[in-house]
Amino acid sequence: MATAPVTHHDAHGHGHHEESWFVHYFWSTDHKMIAKQYMFTGMAMALIGGFFAYCFRMQIAFPGIDVPGFGVVSPNEYNHLITNHGAIMIFWVAMPVLIAAFGNYLIPLMIGCDDMVFPKLNRLSYQIFLLSIVVLIASFFVPGGGFAGAWTMYPPLSAKPEYGLTPLGASLFVTAVALEFVAFLMGGINFVTTAMNSRAPGMRMYDIPMVVWMIVIASILFMASVGPLVAGAVMLLFDQNLGTAFFNPDKGGDPVLWQHLFWFFGHPEVYVVLLPTVGIVAEIITVFARKKLFAYRTVLYTAFGTGVLSFMVWAHHQFIAGIDPRMANIFTITTLLISIPIAEMMFVYIATLYGGAITLTTPMLWALSFIATFLVGGVTGIFLGASGADIYLHDTYFVLAHFHYTFFPIAIIGTFAGLSYWFPKMFGRMMNETLGKIHFWGTIIPFNCIFIPLFVLGAAGEHRRIFDYTNFSELARPELRQLDQFATISLLVMLGFQVLFLFNLFYSLFWGPKAEKNPWKANTLEWTADSPPPHGNWPELPRVYRGPYEYSVPGRDQDYWPQNAQN
Amino acid sequence: MATYRSSRMQVVADARRTPLVPNGVMGMLIFVMTELMLFGGFLSAFTIIKSGSVVWPPPGQPRLPVEETAFNTALLLLSGAALFATRRAFQRDRAKARLPMLAAMLLAAAFVALQGREWLALLGQGLTLTSSSLGSFFFLIIGLHAFHVAVALAMLVHTFVRLQRGWLASSQLATTEVFWYFVVGVWPAIYAVVYQ
Repeated sequence: MATAPVTHHDAHGHGHHEESWFVHYFWSTDHKMIAKQYMFTGMAMALIGGFFAYCFRMQIAFPGIDVPGFGVVSPNEYNHLITNHGAIMIFWVAMPVLIAAFGNYLIPLMIGCDDMVFPKLNRLSYQIFLLSIVVLIASFFVPGGGFAGAWTMYPPLSAKPEYGLTPLGASLFVTAVALEFVAFLMGGINFVTTAMNSRAPGMRMYDIPMVVWMIVIASILFMASVGPLVAGAVMLLFDQNLGTAFFNPDKGGDPVLWQHLFWFFGHPEVYVVLLPTVGIVAEIITVFARKKLFAYRTVLYTAFGTGVLSFMVWAHHQFIAGIDPRMANIFTITTLLISIPIAEMMFVYIATLYGGAITLTTPMLWALSFIATFLVGGVTGIFLGASGADIYLHDTYFVLAHFHYTFFPIAIIGTFAGLSYWFPKMFGRMMNETLGKIHFWGTIIPFNCIFIPLFVLGAAGEHRRIFDYTNFSELARPELRQLDQFATISLLVMLGFQVLFLFNLFYSLFWGPKAEKNPWKANTLEWTADSPPPHGNWPELPRVYRGPYEYSVPGRDQDYWPQNAQN
Repeated sequence: MATYRSSRMQVVADARRTPLVPNGVMGMLIFVMTELMLFGGFLSAFTIIKSGSVVWPPPGQPRLPVEETAFNTALLLLSGAALFATRRAFQRDRAKARLPMLAAMLLAAAFVALQGREWLALLGQGLTLTSSSLGSFFFLIIGLHAFHVAVALAMLVHTFVRLQRGWLASSQLATTEVFWYFVVGVWPAIYAVVYQ
């Protein structure tokens, strides 16, 4: 492992040599290009994940329908669609966009350096990520079809082809997930090392913008939690292909062991994707409320505390998996505890907004809607964290609605917020505000119309793994079926509005009005580079004189005070 | 406010920051954290399965050669000490770093070879990957560690070549050291849990 140069004497050398088209777009070691690769790949995967959701929601609402664009959904196809919808949205949308794309783009620009400390490792990270997608998509087309045993891969469905019915699909699925982890491991090493070692002179620990801190903490959480899951994935691959019996109770194995290994990773993973969005929202609300972030250090310590606590809650996913009730009590307590730091962050954000000069731009709307919708997700989690209530609600649509109320704000709202905010910097052009706002309302209203009915359905007892309710007379009551149909129609409306976003994105990319360096009048360093920043980011790397949130400082002409301005 | 500003100006007057921990070392330390959790995952899974079994080792399975492996463990620990001696020598006189580095490589290679011999013996006694959960875990965990020793050895060979050519930077040696000490240091834990 070669040591990257610590000094930046070569900053002027960048950009003078011509790169071929292929090298520029596909073989680049520039953090900004790798970020865009991750961003567009993640968004393409979101289209696939969204399409899958459309297919199985149509089947649920209108059983046996010939779904336009897909055809009749068979039971095993239904399982396949659900499994891959979940896996794609978490591993191939939320992770690459929130951590890899924003992390790659923002860390060097916000801490004032020219690139990641290990640029080639960074390039390799994206290439392995792309390979993991190839393996995943290949798994859809092998004999038996793609894996259909839920994204959590519980054995024996995942370990035994005679149960899961996807002999090759299951192995390819596990391989794809493992490759994806390798890619993010490389990315995470880069993020943490860069943020610690390459900051601009004068930038102390408490001058680092919150989003950078959050991505760094999320990377540490990811790397500390992924080991046991990789161990489990290797054991699962051995069980599938080499005849071992790690998870097979007939031969001395234990299927619940997988659940422990999976959720030991799986629960910190929620915070791995949550924290970057919390950081993105911090940047946006301070800029558009023209206020200093309330209690910067408290937010930071809270994020670290949340990270530590997130390693002690995993078994709340297994309350009905046969774990000891005494253990369930302990995990109930830790689970309810973790809502405290998250609630505190939400209060801090509301305190930041209080008394601010708020401008409701598109990014600000997204950021505010994150706070509102994530609160619903968090509050409904309290019911599920209590083991008594969870015994009834487990595996119903209530659980599903709960985690969509957390993951949708995290992954989708977070992406739209971050992309609409940093779009001028990334591409040098402004997005259309009117289209952006129509898209915002066209997404956020249908989103609530999809998932509020699912809370009701779940509380009424609808089980989430049923392919066709017509065979269950007590669940096939017309008032419940109508709620399902309402949710599905809302989904169609929401997906329809995404066309508007794609139009706005690509139109603005090529024909939007040119963006100036600092269109939002923000303080952080990335706004002092050109839009878009050239290779090497700045002709001369910046120095930092103050923290990132000095807005509306009394006695100054301007209501912002860039980090690099000497006075 | 005035003092705040002036103290900040002093920081800014310095040259670009020189990191406390070199990039390579820090990257490797983070990687080692992941690796520790990976081995932790395997070892805790093994412990869960073992403590859930009525009879251990499973019926018809051989006892693991605790004593012979103690000797191998000593070899591996010595290779760690040899690399430590390499660092000491490297700081005083680079030319003298070669001998302890070669010793570290030979000791680690001997460890892998002797562990391989042990595998063959155990396979002959009926312990295979699929014969029991003991066999599955044994070959998976010990095999993974052997693979790590092999990778560490390759890194050390690469470091040695750089040393020979006079290109070896102190931070590069430190990066190799981090991984090497991890591979050496994790072994006693594996030995204690798996062989016991």
